Amino acid sequence: VTYVITEACVDIKDKSCMAQCPVDCIYEGRRALYINPDECIECGACDPACPVEAVFFDAELPDDKLASIDSNAAFFTEVLPGRSEPLGTPRGAKKVGPLEADTDYVAALAPGTSPSS
Amino acid sequence: LPAGAGRALRVGVVGAGPSGLFAAEELLDQLGDGVQVDVIDRLPTPYGLVRYGVAPDHPTIKSVVSTLRGILESDRVRFVGGIKLGEDLAVSDLRRCYDAVIYATGAPRARSLGIPGEHLRGSVSASDLVNWYNGHPDAGASFELDAESVAVLGAGNVALDVGRILTRDYRDLAQTDMPVSVLDNLRRSNVKEVHLIARRGPEFAKYSSKELRELGKVESVDKIICPEDLAAPSPRDLDRAARANLAVFEGWRNESPRAGARKIHLRFSLRPVEIIGNGRVEQLILERTTVDESGQACGTAEFVAIKVQMVVRAVGYLGVGPSGVPFDEESGRVPNLLGRVVDLDGVTAPGQYVTGWLKRGPSGVIGTNKVDARETVGALIDDCRDLPRPARQSLESVLQHAGRRWTTYGGWQNIDRAELARGRAEGRARSKIADWCELNDIAMNVRADMSPIDGS
Repeated sequence: VTYVITEACVDIKDKSCMAQCPVDCIYEGRRALYINPDECIECGACDPACPVEAVFFDAELPDDKLASIDSNAAFFTEVLPGRSEPLGTPRGAKKVGPLEADTDYVAALAPGTSPSS
Repeated sequence: LPAGAGRALRVGVVGAGPSGLFAAEELLDQLGDGVQVDVIDRLPTPYGLVRYGVAPDHPTIKSVVSTLRGILESDRVRFVGGIKLGEDLAVSDLRRCYDAVIYATGAPRARSLGIPGEHLRGSVSASDLVNWYNGHPDAGASFELDAESVAVLGAGNVALDVGRILTRDYRDLAQTDMPVSVLDNLRRSNVKEVHLIARRGPEFAKYSSKELRELGKVESVDKIICPEDLAAPSPRDLDRAARANLAVFEGWRNESPRAGARKIHLRFSLRPVEIIGNGRVEQLILERTTVDESGQACGTAEFVAIKVQMVVRAVGYLGVGPSGVPFDEESGRVPNLLGRVVDLDGVTAPGQYVTGWLKRGPSGVIGTNKVDARETVGALIDDCRDLPRPARQSLESVLQHAGRRWTTYGGWQNIDRAELARGRAEGRARSKIADWCELNDIAMNVRADMSPIDGS
């Protein structure tokens, strides 16, 4: 169980959630932010922080956003473009910094698909 | 050059909970080797409400400790335990020892209801109960849970924690870090039902839907909600949090009570009017409410009495003013501008800052303190760039001169190891030590305590 960032974040990346995450488990990709499900402590700080309501508790995800669960996880378990191994659990987005990569799911979203753009 | 320029900035942070520690982290992030931070706490144990507030059956949230530990273990940070501001140390002492001071002592006082009968035996604050089941050394006497029926006033996550802990099968709790004495009392508990009482309707409840869902998963407890409370058509402009809560409540609408199962009654649109009893709580009188246009609860002069033997008020917390620091009694906060302490006339108190609940009031979650610390530390750094660095004395010398003993991070590690060892012996991860003398004895029983605070 974890919090999940959905496609409303794509091409927005407000990052208010990153400033609030006490364990620094929200990582920055090229077009979106991703929550590391193995590092999230489920405190819920990110959810109300998001100005575009992109963050959901996974048990409360609407059916049409369920793909976000796998996409958030894939950012850490799959080898992202331009990297030689998965990110895994770096335990801190601060030291990793922004990455010029996205999951296949996010990369394939058309620009402007986010409901708020 | 300003006095003291060239040496590291010395900052004293009072309070080793999340707000104080995130302030220390922000100082380290911004100033690196240019800062030395002492985190001072009245307890020999760090982590504040993560240790003593977060419910013991929420280990995932408690795991934020591994982040907080990393801050405390930085070589630019020292932990000074067992030192209470206003008793062991005056604000003037802090001003002599540090270039800047950040107050982060939170909001430990429970708000009162201001109704007759509030002081009867059996009427308690949530903080007393939460302190007790979390093994806070100030909790003092234990709670004999001889009440069969309990009312919890308040519609936030603290009320939910209290209701869940009081009804949950103690065998589920036996795996937590609660002190053995607390588990013993929970095992003997007579509690059969808890009424969670909210002033306004379900759409206004401040419970988080995630915590409600978690309560839903506690199968041994019946969740009872009155269909009339869900009958009113909800306004369309509800925010997502309210809609998510209503969805959980709807799921409980048709739960039928099971014989023998403990019950949580979720009750709405009721406000406490009086607690009645001969020496101890026997009845709680409630008035039905409606909500006016501004969203406030108003009485309807329709009264309801419920038989309870315990009333827990979970209606919010207030800060305590550190003596010698400006404090607004009304709001329970230290008045400030972007974290700079100001007096009640708005005049800045130089070198003094505030963060966390003491600054903004008791709202938000653990992570909210990170953003808060960023604002306060930003103000501090802006100020210190141009100001002289007045610190002339070391905290050790001031405390030694006053004949005060303190505990160290090594002392906390002793306590930590002792609790883990106790837990292993009892077949769980940790078993908390709740006794002041025992905590102090274990924390002091370390040779390093004879040397300066961090041995540097």
